[in-house]
Amino acid sequence: MNAKGKIYRISGPVVIISGLNTRMYDVVKVGNEGLMGEVIGIEGDKSTVQVYEETSGIKPGEPVENTGMPLSVELGPGLLESIYDGIQRPLPVLKGTMGDFIKRGVSANGLSREKEWDFVPTVKKGDKVNAGNIIGTVQETQNIQQRIMVPPNVSGTVAEIKAGKFKVDDVVCTLSDGKELTMMQKWPVRKPRPVSKKLMPNKPLITGQRILDGLFPVAKGGTAAIPGPFGSGKTVTQQQLAKWSDTEIVVYIGCGERGNEMADVLNEFPELEDPKTGRPLMERTVLIANTSNMPVAAREASVYTGITIAEYYRDMGYDVSLMADSTSRWAEAMREISSRLEEMPGEEGYPAYLAARLSEFYERAGKVNALSGREGSITVIGAVSPPGGDFSEPVTQNTLRIVKVFWALDAKLAQRRHFPAINWLNSYSLYTKALGDWYSENVSVEWSKLRDDAMELLQKEAELQEIVQLVGSDALPEDQQLTLEIARMIREYFLQQNAYHDVDTYCPMDKQYKLLKAITIWGNKAQSALESGAAVEDIMKLKSKDALAKVKFEKDFDSALGVVTKSMEEEFGNLRGK
Amino acid sequence: MTKEYKTIREIAGPLIFVEKTEPVGYNELVHITLPDGSSKRGQVLDTSEDIVVIQVFEGAGGLNKESSVRFTGETIKLPVSIDLLGRILSGSGEPLDGGPRIVPEDRLEITGAAINPYARLPPKEFIQTGISTIDGMNTLVRGQKLPIFSGSGLPHNEIALQIARQARVRGSDEQFAVVFAAMGITNEEAQYFMRDFERTGALERAVVFLNLADDPAVERLITPRLALTAAEYLAYEHDMHVLVILTDITNYCEALRQMGAAREEVPGRRGYPGYMYTDLASLYERAGVVKGRKGSVTQFSILSMPGDDITHPIPDLSGYITEGQIVISRELHRKGIYPPVNVLPSLSRLMNSGIGATRTREDHKSVSDQLYAAYAEGKDLRGLVAIVGKDALSDRDKKFLEFADMFEDRFVRQGVDENRDIETTLDLGWELLSSLPEAQLTRIDNKYIQKYHPAHKGKQEGK
Repeated sequence: MNAKGKIYRISGPVVIISGLNTRMYDVVKVGNEGLMGEVIGIEGDKSTVQVYEETSGIKPGEPVENTGMPLSVELGPGLLESIYDGIQRPLPVLKGTMGDFIKRGVSANGLSREKEWDFVPTVKKGDKVNAGNIIGTVQETQNIQQRIMVPPNVSGTVAEIKAGKFKVDDVVCTLSDGKELTMMQKWPVRKPRPVSKKLMPNKPLITGQRILDGLFPVAKGGTAAIPGPFGSGKTVTQQQLAKWSDTEIVVYIGCGERGNEMADVLNEFPELEDPKTGRPLMERTVLIANTSNMPVAAREASVYTGITIAEYYRDMGYDVSLMADSTSRWAEAMREISSRLEEMPGEEGYPAYLAARLSEFYERAGKVNALSGREGSITVIGAVSPPGGDFSEPVTQNTLRIVKVFWALDAKLAQRRHFPAINWLNSYSLYTKALGDWYSENVSVEWSKLRDDAMELLQKEAELQEIVQLVGSDALPEDQQLTLEIARMIREYFLQQNAYHDVDTYCPMDKQYKLLKAITIWGNKAQSALESGAAVEDIMKLKSKDALAKVKFEKDFDSALGVVTKSMEEEFGNLRGK
Repeated sequence: MTKEYKTIREIAGPLIFVEKTEPVGYNELVHITLPDGSSKRGQVLDTSEDIVVIQVFEGAGGLNKESSVRFTGETIKLPVSIDLLGRILSGSGEPLDGGPRIVPEDRLEITGAAINPYARLPPKEFIQTGISTIDGMNTLVRGQKLPIFSGSGLPHNEIALQIARQARVRGSDEQFAVVFAAMGITNEEAQYFMRDFERTGALERAVVFLNLADDPAVERLITPRLALTAAEYLAYEHDMHVLVILTDITNYCEALRQMGAAREEVPGRRGYPGYMYTDLASLYERAGVVKGRKGSVTQFSILSMPGDDITHPIPDLSGYITEGQIVISRELHRKGIYPPVNVLPSLSRLMNSGIGATRTREDHKSVSDQLYAAYAEGKDLRGLVAIVGKDALSDRDKKFLEFADMFEDRFVRQGVDENRDIETTLDLGWELLSSLPEAQLTRIDNKYIQKYHPAHKGKQEGK
């Protein structure tokens, strides 16, 4: 590219350079140490650069070099099981080269150049290939096959294709126009990867979390937001989702979060087992960790790095779930950089383009027909951390305008140790209708009704609670006391779920259905027992009710539920007999 | 390298603008000599070919355009050595105790580098503070950052001192080294801390940095960084377990806001700078345990919530970075209960990894959950009683109401020098819970009820 420029001014992560011809979003190497930065503004012969590393000690006059490339990630075999920082430098490699603390001026390839992969071609000489077509496969981990694709914007006829062991930058395929393809491609993170068509999401993401799957489902390819005041169990909920969601690939972005928590994720993930295959969960996971004290510009980039990797696997035809924890930290990074640029601030000091950036990001979710002809999806679950738990702040509000599912974490519930602390009255899902058919076919035709009834009961409970607050529960008529009790059962037996319990941590759809049904049946029987003259005290004392509370913890759920159902029948029979 | 410049163009509050310099590094340390011969130190905030902006630590008093500026070519460093222990230093690291200057073994950058998350060890070692509400229900672990959210007029200093005195890792008598950084606290408060350190002999294993209320505000921005650098040095080079007490974070944030205003930055919420989150993170995140190193840095900061408002930007942003918070309640304090910890909004995010059979006791989590639930219910009932009177309550509800009172009176309340070990705390919890009907103990596994519930415990042992 063109000659070197020099640094004109430095203010924290924002550096102004002069004498260099740049394009927006070009990556430049700043200073004697070659710190990585990105051009975010151009004025006259000066360009504004956000630098991804600490800038202490850097002086005006030091040289700057333009790489001529936008900020890109390396896509290819070796992504899975990786732990990256915000700009795709593998953290284990960084630890190897610079020790326990992150120092600067070290670059590291996103993909290992040494490792060899077994490439199995799926096209032959003379085949015509278009952008996104699959030319071969690599067994990336035991259960995930990476499909090597022709990069977008390339097409042609295969002149030569190889098979065997190769490194990521070895040529495996040559096209007739002489273009050489490797197993690795680069893609600028800020640009969505092209697809042939966007589809409507129509299957639920099964998470094994009762309140999510049962009451507020998100579709595969959908978007959800978890806002939560601090201390409401947001991180645990996200980690549960990462562990248990039925997607093939998980991308987890720890964006501006706590170091110790990230360490926990980094330690815990490699030990987790994938419930379906029994293999380590890491084999289908990419982790991106950029803690709150790592450079702010890299935090801003981390979200894009993550979603680009997710798109790459989607293009192969996989279902990918992406967790971003937290998008508020990302928005704050934007705000911080914007303020250093002395841009005119919008609401609460956030840049005026906040809403645009957020919606651009969430729009990269979706179920698609990929260029490869396969169907893939990215489900984006973004955490927001509203300051002071105030949902009216700009990040939460702009997020809610875009996402279809809202899981309202509630600190009050967390204080009562009701976990997951998702408020059933404030949460919503706009997918329940669209997913209705799927539930009827795959769970039960009764499901939607069971769900609606449970929701109605919970709503009624909230109304009754207001009266109870005033007059005490004993003043209520008996049938309303019973309603309160049944609602309590739904809350405690069904909605409460213990993430740390071996069995309860994951609840399959079938179990959810049976459990909710059993509680509903108990409730119906209790109501009719009451109508036929049984005393409400006697009903409340039934042992089957307490047994229902524990049944979700049983390893052999079906037989345990059988026992409970039987005792339920007997007990209500006896009540009637009295 | 050490040219002096007399090219100050403008002085605005604690900022000076110098022009026509050779290239100056960002964050570089600056010496400023006043016409009367005295000197001040400062740091480069913004540097360009035309103008350099310097923030002066000792305040701008006496500065004029004739003052000369010398750039040192390096960023601010703290001279460190094991002899730091037992020393009292100023908020900018100069000895205050009349002792000799520190003979440095090393000079460390005070901004500190971020620990690679991959090199961190998740904190797991239980720290016994001897305070029931903390050990039993908001357990602190080594490497954690757990601030006290307090308010003016509340006894947070006493609590911090009690923890500094009593903190031990279970099963060892090894004490923590304490690094104490005062930011903008009054002379009286500082004296109180110092007297207690001297009384208990804690000073020998403490490093004290004092920036008092009448010291320059901008110095507050480096005081905690000096303290944390000292703590990291002791932890990672000398294998010590270090407890860092930063007080008061609110004063630090005020100083940050003051600097932001002086720099004419676009203010964020309530006038605090938009980068306050990142800035606070650069302090709080310097707690932790590193794989393969023996020492650890645990932070126990004090933050006084303006107007007792937990949604104020300072406690709010802190809560997003720290691993929980201990909330001090004015209501309990008014009732004469010490330590007035309100357990309901308090939280320790790392509690679950620090407790259990191998670390404390198998029933710890259950007891804690049950205490939480029962106390929350009891407190709710108080609201109800205010409306309908106690007589309208059912017997069950009355029990919960009494439980809440007992809980505050016996579990929360303890003496300033009362050091309860974790068994005592848990047994006390059981004793209180046993006042409730056994069927109400839904958060506790039956096997623990059989083993630890006072009603069963004796019987089983008797068999």
